[in-house]
Parts: sequence; structure tokens; C-alpha cells
Amino acid sequence: MTWETVIGLETHVELCTKTKIFCSCTTEFGGAPNTHCCPVCTGMPGTLPVLNKKVLEFAVKAGLALNGEITRHCKFDRKNYFYPDLPKAYQISQLYLPIARNGRVPIRLESGAEKVVHIHELHMEEDAGKLVHDPWLEETRCDYNRCGVPLIEIVTEPDFRTAEEVIAYLEKLRSILQYLGVSDCKMQEGSLRCDVNLSVRPAGSMELGTRTEMKNLSSFKAIARAIAYEAKRQIELMEEGKSVVQETRRWDENKDATFAMRSKENAQDYRYFPDPDVPPLEISEEYLEQLRREQPEMAEEKMARYQREYGLPPYDTQMLTSQKALAAFFETCLSLGSDPKQTANWIMGQVLGQLSAKGIEAKDMKLTPSTLVTLISMVKGGRLNRNTAVKVFEAVFDDDGDVEGYVKAHGLEQINDPEALTAAVEKVFAANTQSVADFKAGKEKAFGFLVGQVMREMKGKADPQAVNSAVRKKLNAER
Amino acid sequence: MKITEELVDYVAILSRLKPDEEERARITAELEKIVSYMDVLNALDTEGIEPLSHVFPVKNVLREDAVEPSFLREELLKNAPVGDEEAFLVPKAVE
Amino acid sequence: MDMELTRLTALELGAALKKGEASPADAIAAAQERISACQDTNNAFITPASPSPAPIGDGPLAGVPMALKDNICTKGVQTSCASRILGGFIPPYNATIVERLSAAGSVSMGKLNMDEFAMGSTSETSFYGPTRNPWDLSRIPGGSSGGSAAAVAAGEVWYAIGSDTGGSIRQPAAYCGVTGMKPTYGTVSRYGLIAYASSLDQMGPIARSAADCAAVLDIMQGRDPRDGTSLEGHYGGLLPSLTGDVRGLKIGVPADCFGQGLDSEVRKAVLAVAHVLKSRGALVEEFSLPIMEYVVPAYYIIACAEASSNLSRFDGVKYGWRSPKYEDLSGLYARTRTEGFGSEVKRRILLGTFVLSTGYYDAYYKKALQAKAVITKAYDEAFQKYDVLLTPTTPTTAPKLGESLGDPLKMYLSDIYTVPVNLAGLPGISIPCGFDSQGLPIGAQLIGPPLGDGIILNAAHAFQQETEYHKKAPAEKGGVSL
Repeated sequence: MTWETVIGLETHVELCTKTKIFCSCTTEFGGAPNTHCCPVCTGMPGTLPVLNKKVLEFAVKAGLALNGEITRHCKFDRKNYFYPDLPKAYQISQLYLPIARNGRVPIRLESGAEKVVHIHELHMEEDAGKLVHDPWLEETRCDYNRCGVPLIEIVTEPDFRTAEEVIAYLEKLRSILQYLGVSDCKMQEGSLRCDVNLSVRPAGSMELGTRTEMKNLSSFKAIARAIAYEAKRQIELMEEGKSVVQETRRWDENKDATFAMRSKENAQDYRYFPDPDVPPLEISEEYLEQLRREQPEMAEEKMARYQREYGLPPYDTQMLTSQKALAAFFETCLSLGSDPKQTANWIMGQVLGQLSAKGIEAKDMKLTPSTLVTLISMVKGGRLNRNTAVKVFEAVFDDDGDVEGYVKAHGLEQINDPEALTAAVEKVFAANTQSVADFKAGKEKAFGFLVGQVMREMKGKADPQAVNSAVRKKLNAER
Repeated sequence: MKITEELVDYVAILSRLKPDEEERARITAELEKIVSYMDVLNALDTEGIEPLSHVFPVKNVLREDAVEPSFLREELLKNAPVGDEEAFLVPKAVE
Repeated sequence: MDMELTRLTALELGAALKKGEASPADAIAAAQERISACQDTNNAFITPASPSPAPIGDGPLAGVPMALKDNICTKGVQTSCASRILGGFIPPYNATIVERLSAAGSVSMGKLNMDEFAMGSTSETSFYGPTRNPWDLSRIPGGSSGGSAAAVAAGEVWYAIGSDTGGSIRQPAAYCGVTGMKPTYGTVSRYGLIAYASSLDQMGPIARSAADCAAVLDIMQGRDPRDGTSLEGHYGGLLPSLTGDVRGLKIGVPADCFGQGLDSEVRKAVLAVAHVLKSRGALVEEFSLPIMEYVVPAYYIIACAEASSNLSRFDGVKYGWRSPKYEDLSGLYARTRTEGFGSEVKRRILLGTFVLSTGYYDAYYKKALQAKAVITKAYDEAFQKYDVLLTPTTPTTAPKLGESLGDPLKMYLSDIYTVPVNLAGLPGISIPCGFDSQGLPIGAQLIGPPLGDGIILNAAHAFQQETEYHKKAPAEKGGVSL
């Protein structure tokens, strides 16, 4: 029998507001335990929540960007459960009237196939604290710094069939949220976390099988591997005639397997009810209109525009828009008068190369557009040859160094003196008669050797184009 | 509405309360009596009536996103029944 | 000093302090003398304080000693909710009203006894022992703000702050022969009030007169950015607006509040209030308010549901008391909560958890919220016709200690006149209006429309200009003997 995997996602995204959702403590990542806290964060009695304006704005922006319907009369509910990471013993969340519903996210797969992922709902909620077990004390430490950090939870319909679709969706979601500026979606800091609901069923069946939930997957790699493992596990169970148990499972990165989690004290009955402390929200048409107007150009729109306006190939536009900060960098370069194609080539080759080698994101790099533009114009103006320019680029990348100064200090300017070139060619040909003979005998390889020797004679500062044609010309003359 | 001891057990687990045998029997009887009385609400026609959670139409009460200093950690921790200089402590709660 | 300070109202004492007829130290000493004389018998305080006298500032109540119910957070002073589970809890913050009162020059004599977590109508469920009624020490003072009412009745403080979720200010005020008011929901910040049922809780004053209550509310009321449910509005003019003029005031008397279950002496005394106000030019009319049978079930479902959630944070992890008898996390929770809460609190937590649990939410909790909508609408309609409603505060006068707790349902039913006022968010005031044949005080309740706090205060003030009931004091107080 062939089996079909059915996957739905619940993605928790941390919003990049300055303060928490219900109090004015900072949301800054890290910090010594319990130093970003106030009596609201630690659930002290008598304290009350007051909603952060930006959280609403960011959630509505996200809802609009995911093509959702915004709930015009929206409320917060309490989700009640006991756990030491939840100081009030309830999480303020939204069940009955979430801020957005019925969204759609189009995704494109490697094969070029397109698919629409349906968003069931998007809601606002507060994050919980962090528990760290201390094996020496045999006690668990509760750190409430993260309590009240604002989250949106985005719940999809069970629309995915493969891990590839899931990753394509998450990449698209991350790009949308980053372009909106509502989240930095840093998986390593937990600002984008995924719960994966997965079931299998015989291919062609319309009924959903029993699902398991895998919690808190925090990298695309982990998600893909957990899906592969869990689908295989469930299919094996079914083929053995056993059944899947509806449960929460934990992905163990090291063991490359999922494990059933001990259920937290029997029943899961969250007793949601409207939070009496948080008055409802009434979303006006004017407010929505204003947020729609503020919506920035998204990656896809930029891609289309780069193709249309600058004649760039689709691959280039995809690379340039893969990070919001990179696209902004590119656009600033162009506004400084740089050529689109050359700029794109430099960004895709050198900038992305350096970012990946240094393991940083575009938004964190120090290099400024004007530095790159200076470098490009020096190449274009014949003052630097391209290979030297790459070396200069690498030297100035880390701290946005002074290109002119570096070139001068290291004497790297290109030599555009035809007489010096002719002299170098003569010298090389005289010293390498064997190679010249080889070329004449049809060994094309010898050409490259001769070019390299001339370049060396010119101390690498000649224009490669000019060296090429001078060598070619000399060989032709000798033939 | 009949309240059973099983239902009381279930509700007690959700509430993290552990009544002993005698209390359990007493509570079951009391809840039965109280809940049966609550059933008078069934006589009230509420067809089409929107549940009212917030009595006054207060809405959109929002705060500016401006950071204020957090509390001193020792102020927050000094009420902890068990804690050290940086955290609240509980028996093992991490899997 | 030949003046008997403890017989003055709060405003009279405030005026005497301003004029230099008494010093702040005299006022504090008089209060302390009364507290030490009464505490052993009535147990009104959980944590008495020894404030130092300060120079008198502005405001009509500057320098006047008062006290706070022990569910109101006070920075640096234990706030226990009269529960074992909050033993040793010392808040690192003040409730907003504590800041406001302190800015107005109030002097706190300490923290007052109450029913545990404000759940109860008797003040017997306190972990610190029951409070007794100064009029008859074998009787309860009412609750849950029993310590607040008893302390004012016994002359230990000139006014006290209580909280009222279903009658917890008005009912003890009635039983203790003092004036107590629950203002419109949202007019007094709840920040720092340890929540029982957040959608119903509201703090207010218990004092010797409606005018004193107006003066205290002028300090307490105001929009607070720390409480999302606090209302915008024009606050602060209640005291100057007390004219006592009730000519043309339309008073509705709901017949449904004077039927079965109401003590005949109480009925007579409360209806006499209508006559007094009529004699000053008010128009009185009987009408029907056919929702009274639903108010107690709706109230207890909503209040207990919210309480079950609000009280979940008391788990022995962050503050308060932790049972020493646990082996693991679930044992820590269950032991701490089972041993830390008293039986009435546990009963309400279980009831509240039940009405919110899967399968019962719609039948109970949702139904109660719909009933609340119906009840609120009935009051809206009544206030289309009337400016003020007059009802009894309680069906009877104060019962004996130990009489009520045995039958929780019966105790819940005795809240029938006060709970709908909380459900509809309305202002309500209880004023002394007579004594029964045993010499126990009777209270009448005046209810106003939303933000009609000034209207009921003025009606109460008018009544108190015509009558002396609010000036009576229990013999034990050393005042007027009955």
C-alpha cells in the first residue's frame, strides 16, 4: 500500500516589539535570569495586564500579509494549566475570536509547482518562562524573563504532504514576516518555533488518520528530519496492523528520533474563557486601511520589479530578495548610481559569500552600500582589476574599511600602460619558447599559462582583458 | 445535574487539589446541591442572547511600546518559598 | 483635649485637624486606644500598624486614620487575603488606591480581617480567626469585608477600604450599622487588589456617613493606566455635589426584592426609607424586576469560574506558603493548595473549574454570561424610568457565628439583593435604616445607573440628614447606647 503523509503546522513567532505584550519590561534576548521581570511577569497577585499597542499592530499586519480576514471584534481568552514556567497558571491567548482567520499563503516548490497553504487562524498570545534543571541541586530553576514576550501563533490547515512543502512555506512565512518588520524570525533564539501535526493515511483516502504533535522544532533541518522519521514510524505501525496513538512527541536532535512525552498530569482541559482583565478590541476600517497602506513591498513584488525594471534573471532576483536587508542594500547601491547587473553579481558572489563564511545575516553586516559602489566603480573605471577588487572587498568587508585608502596603501591600482604590457609580453615569450611552441602545436592550455606569466610579470595589476588580447595578438602574429 | 465522585476527582485534578476520602464525599454532595440549584437558569430563555463578559463597552485599551525599568531581581525573589539569588526553585520539572 | 474624637465622622475629624482642634498624633492615639480595646474581642485586624504622625496636608481627609482590607497590596506590609497560602507574602508594590490615599494624606492603621480571598458572607473563613460584630459579639459582622465594617462600627478607624464582588462591602456595612459603598465597576483601579472575580471586583469605602464615603471615593476613583478595565471619566466632584436635594428624584422599588425570604422587620425599615425620601420631594414607585431568581446562580457561576483561574497562581512557587510535605512537582502543587486553602475557597475553585470544563462550559458558564446580559438589560430598562432603585441590602440582620457555614447554598442565597448590582457593574450603597427587635442594625440599599455614583450618594445623604441611624454606635463602643 502507498501512504500519504498529512501535515499541519502551528508556528509561534516572536514579535519584535521593544516591550512585552502586557507590561513594559524589555523583550531583549538573554539577560541574567529574572532580570527582565516585574510583578506582572512573575504573576504576583493584584497585578493586571495592559495590551501593548504595537503587538496588535504587528499581528494585524501579519494577518493582512497572509491574506487573512481580520476579526473586527476580537478578544483575549485565558488558557488555564499548571506548569512552573507559567506564573499565573494561565496563558493569555485567543481561542474564541482570534485576530485573523482564513488566510492563504502561496508557495512555490523546487519543481516549479505552486500550491496554496490555507491559514486556519492567527492569534496573539504571551510566551512562557524558561526552566533549567540543575542536576547538582536536583531542582529546576524558573527564569521568567521570557514570560510575556509577545507571540503570534499561525495555525495552518493540514495542507502539507511533504517536508519540502513545509520548508517552502516556512521560508515564505519567514520572508513575509521579516519584510513586514514584525519579527526577526531567528530560529536559534527561538523567535520562530514550530509544532508539527502529522498523520498518515492510505493514498487516495479522504479521511484524516490519527495525528501526533511534535513540539518546539527549532531548525528547518530538524523539521525535515522529524517529519521523515515520524512519517516512517507511523507507516510502520500501520503496516504492522497497529494504530497510532494521539500524543505529543518530542524530537531528539541527537538520537534522530521522536519520543512520546510524559503527559502532564492526565487531562488536557484548558478551560478557556474570556479574560475579564483585557477589554475587547474593536478594529476599525480606518485602522486597517492605514496598516494596508503601510505594508511594504514584499519579496515577490520586488523580484518581479527587479526583472521588469533592471532586466535581471529570476535567479538573481530571488537571491537579492532572500533577505530584506540584502534587498535594501541592493536598492541603496542602485540609488547611488551603480549598475544593476554588476551590483547583483557582486552581492550574489562576494557579499553572500562573506555572509555565509562569517555566519551572519545581511542585517547584521557592517559593510555599507557606498563602499561596494566605490569598489564597483573603480573596477568599471579601470582602476582595479576584478581579482584585486575581490581581495580588497574581503579586506574591507568586516568593518566597512576605506577602499581608496586600502588600494593606495597596498599599491593595488591597475596599470593601464600599453608599453609596459608589450614589454612584459615580449619578455614572457622570450623566456617560454617551449610554451609558445606547444600552443602552435595545438595545445590550447599553453595560452592560459602565458597569460598567467604576463599577469605575474605585471604584479597582478594589469587589466586581465588587455593581457588576454595582447597575448592572443602576439601568438597570432607569430603563427 | 448529577455530580459523581469521578467528576469531583477530575475537577480536583484540574484544580491541583487533593481532597481526602471524607472531603471528597462531602464536596460531591455539596456540589450536587449547588449545581442542581444553578439549573434554575435553564428556565431563562437565552436564545440568541450574546454572552456578556465585559459589562461596559470599554475597548481598545492599549499601552505605548516604551520600555520601563524592570524590578530588582531580589525584590521579586524575596517572597519565593524556595529560591536562590537568581531563580525560583521547584522539584524537577524538565523532561 | 475634651473632644471624644472617635465619635466624629471622618470629615469632622479632618476639619478638626485642619483647625488645630486636634493633632494628627491625637487622632492616631485615639485610634490605637480603640484598636487595643477591641482587637481581642472583635478581631477586626490581621496586621495592625503603628503609623507616625505627619503634618496635615491638603484635602478633607488628610491626617484621618483609616485601614485597608487585607486583600489590598501594600508595599512592605504582609497582604494575606486571610489565607494560609499567602502567609508571609509582602508585596513589593502598592495597589493604585494605596498610592492615591497616601497622596491624600491618609494614615493607615493596618490591614483588616476578611473572609479568605473575599469568598464568604461571614468573615468566619479567615485563617486568622473570625471577626465579630461589635453590636453583638456572638454574631458575625458579615463579609467578606467584615473586618472593615467592624473596625468602623467599633470606632477603631474613621473609615476603611473594603472590596465588593457580590456584596462584600454593602452586606457587612448593613450588619454593622455603617455606610458602605461599591462604586461603578471600573471607576476605582483594581491594580493591586488581589482578584477574586475580576469582572465583578470593585473596592470602595465603609464609613460613618454617605458624605464620608463621597470624600473617600473622591480620592479613590480615577482612570489608571495599569488597569485596562478602568473607565475614563470626570472624577473627584462627589463630595461638593452632595446637596441633599432629592426633589423630583424618581425612586423605583422593585417588588421582586420584597417578597419571600425577607424578614418583616427588615422590610418595614427599608420601605420607611422610601417614605423619608418622599417627604423630601422624591417620587417613589413600585415596579417589577423579574430577574431576581437568576441572579444568585449567574453570580456564583461567573464568580467561581473567574476565581478558579485567578487563584491558580497560588501554588507555592513564587510567593506565600509552601507545604513542606511534597516529593515532586505535582505533590508540591496538590499539597500546597489542599493545605493552604480553606474549605469555602476550595469549594468555589472546584465549582468554578467544573463550570469551565469541557462539556459543561456551554450549559453553565456561557449560560451564566447570557443571564448576565439579561440581568444587565433589565437594569438598563429600569434606569430608563428611575434614577435610583431601593432594595434591602440583606434579607435578615446579622446571624450568629457558625450558623451560615453549614449550608453553603443557603449562605449564597442570602446575597440575592447585592449580587445583581455587581453583575450589572452598577454603583450601590448600603445605609443604616433602623434596628430590629434585637437591636441589630438594618441596611437599605440604593442602586444607581452606571456612573450614577453621585446620585445614590446624594439620596443617601438626604436620608442621613433626616435620620440618626448612621450616628448610632454599639454600646460596646462607648458611644450612644441603644
